[in-house]
Amino acid sequence: MNEIKCECGHVNPEGTVLCEACGKPIERNQHIDGNEKSKLLNMRYEGSARRSKTRNQTVVDKIWIFFSSVKVGVWLIVLTLIASIIGTILPQEMYIPQNVEAADHYRDEYGLFGQIYYQLGFHNLYSSWWYILLIASIGVSLVICSIDRVVPLYRALKRQKPKRHSNFIRRQRLFGKTENVKQADIDQVVSRLKKKRYRISEENGHILAEKGRFSRWGPYVNHIGLIIVLIAAILRSMSFFYIEDYVWVREGETKLIPQTDGQYFIKNNDFIMDVYDENDERYAEAIKKNGEMIPSNYETKAEIYKVKGDTIPGQDPELTKVNEGEIRVNEPLTVEDISLYQASYQLNEFQSMSFKLHLSDDENESPIGEFTFDMNNPKKEYDLGNGYRVVVDDYFPEFFMEEGVPDTKSKYPKKPAFIFFVYGPDIEDYEVNFLTIGANLNPHNNNQYKISITGVDMRDVTGLTVKRDHTLPFFAVGAIIFMIGVVQGMYWYHRRVWIHPRENEVWIAAHTNKNWYGLKKDIESSLEGTDFNIPDDQQELK
Amino acid sequence: MDYVSISSNFLFASFIIYMVAIVFFAFTIRDKNKEHKQTKAGTVGIVLTIIGFISQIGYFITRWIASHHAPVSNMFEYMTFFGMMLVFAFIILYFIYKVDLLGLFILPVSVVVIGYASVFPQEISPLVPSLKSHWLYIHVTTVSLGEGILAVSFGAGLIYLIRQVDQTVRSKKTFWLEFIMYSILSVIAFVAVSTTFGAMDYSIEFQHSETETTVVYSMPAIAAPNDGVMLTEDKMSPLFKAPGWMNGAEAGRKLNSLIWSLLGGLVLYGLLRLIFRKRITAALQPRVKKSNPELLDEITYRAVTIGFPVFTLGGLIFASIWAQEAWDRFWGWDPKEVWALITWFFYAAFLHLRLSRGWHGEKSAWLAVIGFAIIMFNLVVVNLVISGLHSYAS
Ligand code: HEM
Repeated sequence: MNEIKCECGHVNPEGTVLCEACGKPIERNQHIDGNEKSKLLNMRYEGSARRSKTRNQTVVDKIWIFFSSVKVGVWLIVLTLIASIIGTILPQEMYIPQNVEAADHYRDEYGLFGQIYYQLGFHNLYSSWWYILLIASIGVSLVICSIDRVVPLYRALKRQKPKRHSNFIRRQRLFGKTENVKQADIDQVVSRLKKKRYRISEENGHILAEKGRFSRWGPYVNHIGLIIVLIAAILRSMSFFYIEDYVWVREGETKLIPQTDGQYFIKNNDFIMDVYDENDERYAEAIKKNGEMIPSNYETKAEIYKVKGDTIPGQDPELTKVNEGEIRVNEPLTVEDISLYQASYQLNEFQSMSFKLHLSDDENESPIGEFTFDMNNPKKEYDLGNGYRVVVDDYFPEFFMEEGVPDTKSKYPKKPAFIFFVYGPDIEDYEVNFLTIGANLNPHNNNQYKISITGVDMRDVTGLTVKRDHTLPFFAVGAIIFMIGVVQGMYWYHRRVWIHPRENEVWIAAHTNKNWYGLKKDIESSLEGTDFNIPDDQQELK
Repeated sequence: MDYVSISSNFLFASFIIYMVAIVFFAFTIRDKNKEHKQTKAGTVGIVLTIIGFISQIGYFITRWIASHHAPVSNMFEYMTFFGMMLVFAFIILYFIYKVDLLGLFILPVSVVVIGYASVFPQEISPLVPSLKSHWLYIHVTTVSLGEGILAVSFGAGLIYLIRQVDQTVRSKKTFWLEFIMYSILSVIAFVAVSTTFGAMDYSIEFQHSETETTVVYSMPAIAAPNDGVMLTEDKMSPLFKAPGWMNGAEAGRKLNSLIWSLLGGLVLYGLLRLIFRKRITAALQPRVKKSNPELLDEITYRAVTIGFPVFTLGGLIFASIWAQEAWDRFWGWDPKEVWALITWFFYAAFLHLRLSRGWHGEKSAWLAVIGFAIIMFNLVVVNLVISGLHSYAS
């Protein structure tokens, strides 16, 4: 390595721009930070030697140089920003209706533009490989960029001496000279700076007052926080850290909680949906305007059971209750590392329907036989006794007519319809009953017997998201570190004031990484009433 | 008097007080004093601002009592709160830098924002279950505080640009400066038009055949909904229909409001040009010449450094905590979330450009302007047009 020995005696690593100890500009390296002789010094990173500025032989060096450039970093951020905007032009796939083909939806709703959007994969933009690549590059850039700077910066700030080279002092942004300064004035300034919590160090009458150096580490701390967040995002793809599932539980039903290795069961005792009272004066106007009821609460009263001992296949496991409580929106219920969130619901699903068979022309409809159709346990045939039986030819849980043909929209019993064949001793072949709530269509209109509904049993179904998320603590730690770093770097400032005695004058120079206004005020109030001239700002904008 | 009316009175009072404060800040321009020296008019201005702010806190508290939840849950409440945070941010930065001019530029923005808020339905609305969370209040209040502080950088940046951009020749820069003025005027026009027709109880109904809903316009229809039939008679009939790709019943109404704002803005802008006989920003330039560009640049940056952490905390961190509780995922790429991320990326880019690439002065000021545009886009367009789960506007 080509080390550089400064006239002050300090040995600097290759590529150093300003001597780590005395700040003297190292002649042959001034081009690195674009310093010109006459101008102010570029104080960024203290003129320390960065790897990215000194080595450029191997492929690794080239990659290092690429990612350590802030220009590249900003480009990556801007590209990600633009990509993110594109993703909000049309809804992402996860926000479009579930029951249609994505391709059709984008074409039908948004025409040609939608079609192109879909073709380019923008409907799933945030999980596309190139978006993830952009984010990953930001991560890589963050790491390399930070390492490239933090080590040399640390060295430079650690080795700095109170006695600085006069070239360094003269080329600071805040700089002033005063002739014939009394020692008492210097002492007063120093003690005032001390009061302002500057740390004072001295070397042969040369004084350095420094404060807030730790704020220089802010950016690096916050970048570490960001890295942790990105790592957490990667961990999310591993099932040990993150699992998501869904379970529908009917009222009264006990169901296995998925992803628990068959260990946990949930019982839904009751599902409640509350709405705001439209007679309540407070919200009356808003509710009226809204036109429909506004829900105020969704809640599942749940019990959680754990399997006791080993389960024997084919035998119902023995359960013990381990938790009980309400699951509400914003208030999940947690068992061990699994959390259950109120996510969805279905009101008034049919649980069972009861029917009777009677003579079509019987006004009293006195039953010949009765049966109950259980939606959870539908049978193909019901024997009504006395030789009468009903065969379920077809069952439509969520009935609708498609071009004159009955069909079902889903397998959930929201609007059941049936085609029953009635057999009996006095029926020749069989009679067809087409039945749904409020209607019994008799295709031939000449039935001798008729089936009528005598009762329905309905219940609510709750939809719960089941989550195991061990990445949350990582995100939390990352976020906290990020915040600490940002605040550290932005609410504190690194300020330095140098008092530099010459033969018959005293020079004062000062530097801060941000908030020059505050630094100037510090200096003005410290110099007030002394012989010192207030230093000039050598870089006023026109 | 019930709490609701007390709270609207407080709000109205602060609206008026802010306007009076603007007048006093305007007087500071005429003061022959050197910069930095505090002027009497400036002192009155800031005292009034603080009184107005306290009155607005009065609005906030009484409305909270009346509605049983923090009043940050619909467009009216949210925009009002943003206006209030803008004033608060201004007060903080005023006490750091004592720049009177800032009041002259920030307070009007705040007044326009509050005026704009008042166009939205003001009745107290109940919260749907997902909004019932303390994290919602914490999230929303912190975000708007952050955005308020960031918006101060826009104020400082704008003054900087008005002062520095060469007005002797027409250039891209003068065009965009005028464009900023025109945008602000359009919002004012929108508020004026809505308030006027609102006071007249103007309404026209359209039947939208595709969705079988009726849309009510509360200002004369220039653009009818695409696919809409006018039900109301003896009112001005629309000049044209919204284009086909703007489907949905409300799209036509929104387009109509937009046209009104743009036309109204044009009228106001034209009037001002006639009065000044030059570009508005050219007319303003001599009035801000006294300010110190160095200091303005510093304020622009300082506002970002103060606002960025607050925004991150509110807009990303608290937002994720709330989303985690309400929707069981802390991040879902919902448009509102994405736009918070975009805002954050933007200001991160701003900081890096400034710190490491030396984007000071004019470049930095333009960035501050763009940043504010992004914030307003997020508040207005994303809520009203793109709106996802967080949608305040039903
Ligand atoms: C979204 C991603 C990023 C965020 C939120 C972020 C955040 C920050 C913040 C808040 C600062 C402090 C700025 C100031 O004090 O004014 C900073 C400084 C810095 N960042 Fe980043 N950063 C990000 C990405 C990057 C990337 C990709 C790079 C690499 C090229 C990078 C390189 C730097 C450097 C070199 C500094 C300045 C350190 C100094 O001059 O002392 N950052 N960053």
